[in-house]
Amino acid sequence: MSNLGQNKFWKSIDMPIILLYITLVLIGWLNIYAAVFDESHASIFDLEKNYGKQLLWIATALFIGLMVLLIDSKFFSVFSFGIYGITLLMLIAVLFFGKYVNGSRSWFEIGSFRLQPAEFAKFATALVVAKYLSSGVKMERFSTKISVLGLIGLPMGLILLQGDVGSALTYVAFILVLYREGLSGMVLVIGLLIGIAFVLSLLFAKAAILISIAVITAILLYNFRRKKKIIPVIIAGAALVATMVVGFSYVFNNVMKQHHRDRINNLVGKEIDIKGAGYNVNQSKIAIGSGRLIGKGFLNGTQTKYDFVPEQSTDFIFCTIGEEYGFVGSVVLIGLFLALLLRIVFIAERQRSSLSRIYGYGVASILFLHLFVNIGMTIGLVPVIGIPLPFISYGGSSLWSFTILLFILIKLDANRQNIVK
Amino acid sequence: MNIFFERKYIIQAILIFTCFILIVRLFYIQVIDDSYFLSANNNVLRKLTIYPARGIIYDRQGKIIVQNEPVYDLMVIPRQAKNLDTIGFCKLMSIDKTEFITRINKARKFSPYKASIFAKQLSARAYASIQERLFDYQGFFVQNRTVRRYPDSVAAQVLGYIGEVDENRIKKTNNYYQIGDYIGISGIEKSYETVLRGQRGTKIIMVDALNRDQGSYEEGKYDTTAIAGEKLISSLDLRIQKLAEKLMRNKKGSVVAIEPSTGEILCFVSSPTYDPNLLVGPERGNNYIKLLKAPEKPLFIRPIMAQYPPGSIFKAVQALIGQQEKVITPESRFPCNGGYSIGNRMVKCEHNHSPLNLNESIAQSCNSYYCWLFKKLIDQGKYGSVEKNYLVWRDYILQFGIGKKLDIDLPNELGGLLPTVGFYDKYYSSGHWKSSTIISLAIGQGELGVTPLQMANTMAIIANRGYYYSPHLIKAIGKDQVKKETYTTKHLVKIDSSYFNVVIDGMQQVVDHGTATYAKIADIAMCGKTGTAQNSHGKSHSVFVAFAPRNNPKIAIAVIVENSGYGSTWAAPIASLLVEKYIKDSISRPAYYIDRLLNADLIHPTFTETKESH
Repeated sequence: MSNLGQNKFWKSIDMPIILLYITLVLIGWLNIYAAVFDESHASIFDLEKNYGKQLLWIATALFIGLMVLLIDSKFFSVFSFGIYGITLLMLIAVLFFGKYVNGSRSWFEIGSFRLQPAEFAKFATALVVAKYLSSGVKMERFSTKISVLGLIGLPMGLILLQGDVGSALTYVAFILVLYREGLSGMVLVIGLLIGIAFVLSLLFAKAAILISIAVITAILLYNFRRKKKIIPVIIAGAALVATMVVGFSYVFNNVMKQHHRDRINNLVGKEIDIKGAGYNVNQSKIAIGSGRLIGKGFLNGTQTKYDFVPEQSTDFIFCTIGEEYGFVGSVVLIGLFLALLLRIVFIAERQRSSLSRIYGYGVASILFLHLFVNIGMTIGLVPVIGIPLPFISYGGSSLWSFTILLFILIKLDANRQNIVK
Repeated sequence: MNIFFERKYIIQAILIFTCFILIVRLFYIQVIDDSYFLSANNNVLRKLTIYPARGIIYDRQGKIIVQNEPVYDLMVIPRQAKNLDTIGFCKLMSIDKTEFITRINKARKFSPYKASIFAKQLSARAYASIQERLFDYQGFFVQNRTVRRYPDSVAAQVLGYIGEVDENRIKKTNNYYQIGDYIGISGIEKSYETVLRGQRGTKIIMVDALNRDQGSYEEGKYDTTAIAGEKLISSLDLRIQKLAEKLMRNKKGSVVAIEPSTGEILCFVSSPTYDPNLLVGPERGNNYIKLLKAPEKPLFIRPIMAQYPPGSIFKAVQALIGQQEKVITPESRFPCNGGYSIGNRMVKCEHNHSPLNLNESIAQSCNSYYCWLFKKLIDQGKYGSVEKNYLVWRDYILQFGIGKKLDIDLPNELGGLLPTVGFYDKYYSSGHWKSSTIISLAIGQGELGVTPLQMANTMAIIANRGYYYSPHLIKAIGKDQVKKETYTTKHLVKIDSSYFNVVIDGMQQVVDHGTATYAKIADIAMCGKTGTAQNSHGKSHSVFVAFAPRNNPKIAIAVIVENSGYGSTWAAPIASLLVEKYIKDSISRPAYYIDRLLNADLIHPTFTETKESH
């Protein structure tokens, strides 16, 4: 590349995104340091500690990101199905050769190095969905819906088989992508309804809900007895809600594992048990709540440093931010994430290529879901689902995969003048 | 861009709205709700109580009577005592599993989150053996305490004991005390509790999730140091206290010795006694029950709680009142006739001698003399009626500290018995009693109850020729050597000092060539009076009171040996040894003299020959 070409290359890169990315990664590193700080390993570069290792992950992630930027953007279009296929194979392989960690078999272990294929399946799926939907198919058609749900459902199912409910759940994020690409707005409404029915079925006895549905239906039927057209709608609606209630309680009682049940029960306020399943959430709320308005200051957090909060450098890293920087710090962090998400949506919308746009929405949706579920669980809004806070949580697999996820978009965006098919 | 591009606004709205929900929730738990902040402190802060050392008690010569010894309480926080290797732990503590479970449950009942005592007062040795392995047992830690240690094992009833404060006391003191605190329960430990206890300190430390110490909180900004209790200087003289306890071994009774010029108690023995060290340490509870149930009642503090008819020693007081009331002079004489007859009753006198003067009546202890004197005071007094005369007489007795509390610095002091006019009015009905009805009082018998402390105090009054300071056991408090005001107030007896000489003469004769010659000390002019307090339950009590030297007296003493007969047999020689030891710091008596007293067992009914000389 000529000097001029190099200049052009850098100029085409979206700097706000890069800056946000680097800021978040550094915030993550500092907070991992604070979360597991130990006076006998006071150096932030100590490779025996998570903070030292995270620096390695950051360096390698930056390298991988640079590689992504140097690859021709056509590569991601052409090989999207190939990449998708490879990650599916890895997801299958991990079922047989993986190592059990915390009740799920989702890790490859090679020496002291561990790799979680489910993390990489996220960008692969985002890519393949973008590729498929940009290939001229019509969203209104049933076959399109089935195909795209298949593309999403395949990795989701394999991850569920590993026993990693949390990671599987992140694929729900694609609803936003599908909505943007023409799926009826009803999906969002139905999604919300599903959520409400889900909570209801846990809070009250099934029979009580079913009887109330029957009573409400009867009243509605009586009121609308002259309007023949509405009657089937009422019956269908009632049947749908009833089915969902029964379905959820079945899934809840027969499919989920005990620790998931505990976490969900805990969230909806049943079986409050602050020493058992509720311990994590309770301690995490204590840590965040004790930060008050401006926090206790860097390295002055006690709840995370002294191990009251479990998983404080990975899934519960937000506790350290909440405790040491208080409400102000928390709002700044959420603000940075919101800026990143809105910037991604902005970037997606400026693409001439629909593949790039759809992929952009995929990136935004995945990051958004992680943000909401991860912070939500630390403050008791969402059941405890073990997924990382992107760019912040400790861990090589997740940092690498989120970096690749984001940098592919940056690369596609850098090339937005050329339509990528 | 495609036809659905407007949906980006909805999506952006969803993103913003969701972040807003997160922020609202954060605002609630971080800014509005305080409880998380408090829970965080609960998690991480541990308030440790630093117990102050209790004040040390010295004797009048600066020798330690009570000191402190470090012990270690093993504490447990039940919630944190998880994943315990119970078998290993029980072995370490040498307890069985059921015991372990009972203790843990008790602790849990108190509070699962707060520390309570699992094993009390481990010795330094026991602590050393478990300390190294304590790290394996989560939720357990050791707290330093001090307990009392009595190097000479003496003066148990004076010192009293301490124990854990009970709920009632905590409430009564507005929660000044906390569960687990020690408090003085009897003796000096109780009466000087506020001086001895010192001030608790607190230390706030931070702990991690496994309850491991992570250092002090905010560099100890909120910590307070413990302030040790103030020292007390007792008036006791360990030399004679020890000797007295030895001499009183296997005898029931009391020894009280007072420095007349100050009211300071030099020696205070309640026999049988016990080793005060028994009421310290993990066996305290069991030992206490044993002492409580022991037939000899070692917990009964005889010098202030036992009341005896004073017997002949009362005659000295009567002689003084008679002179002050001018019904007799030193040369007044009354017939003896071997007794004083009232109708068909008679107060016998052991002798039948020619009429004696005052001095001789004391030296020879003539009962008849004092019956005549009493008749003059009560029936022929100058106040108009028997009741009024009795009232005046009774007031004199009260001035001698008999029939009222002397305000010694010990709890549970009794005032003794001294009947009121109302008592006799009720008993015999008003106007139907006179000296002959209550003639026993004349010679110190009948409805009189005098404690050994009051007997010794009476001697101090005679030694001082007419005044006393309330007897007390602590002569100075703290490093400033403060003395309680109660004990610097002179109590005057309204008897002219000139009247004392003849009585003192008589008392000196008692020792020099009267009933107590056996107790005579070479080079020391001791004035004394033997007594034989009648006792309806058995043999009379042997009583001896004295002071010495006659001029500028240094010591006033009362010795009572219960159920042992005449005063001259046991009480007088014991007193005489103590007086000599105190004044000369050595004993000139031959070994057999001392051995007879040391070896006599007057409690356990065996073959002890009691040679009753008179």
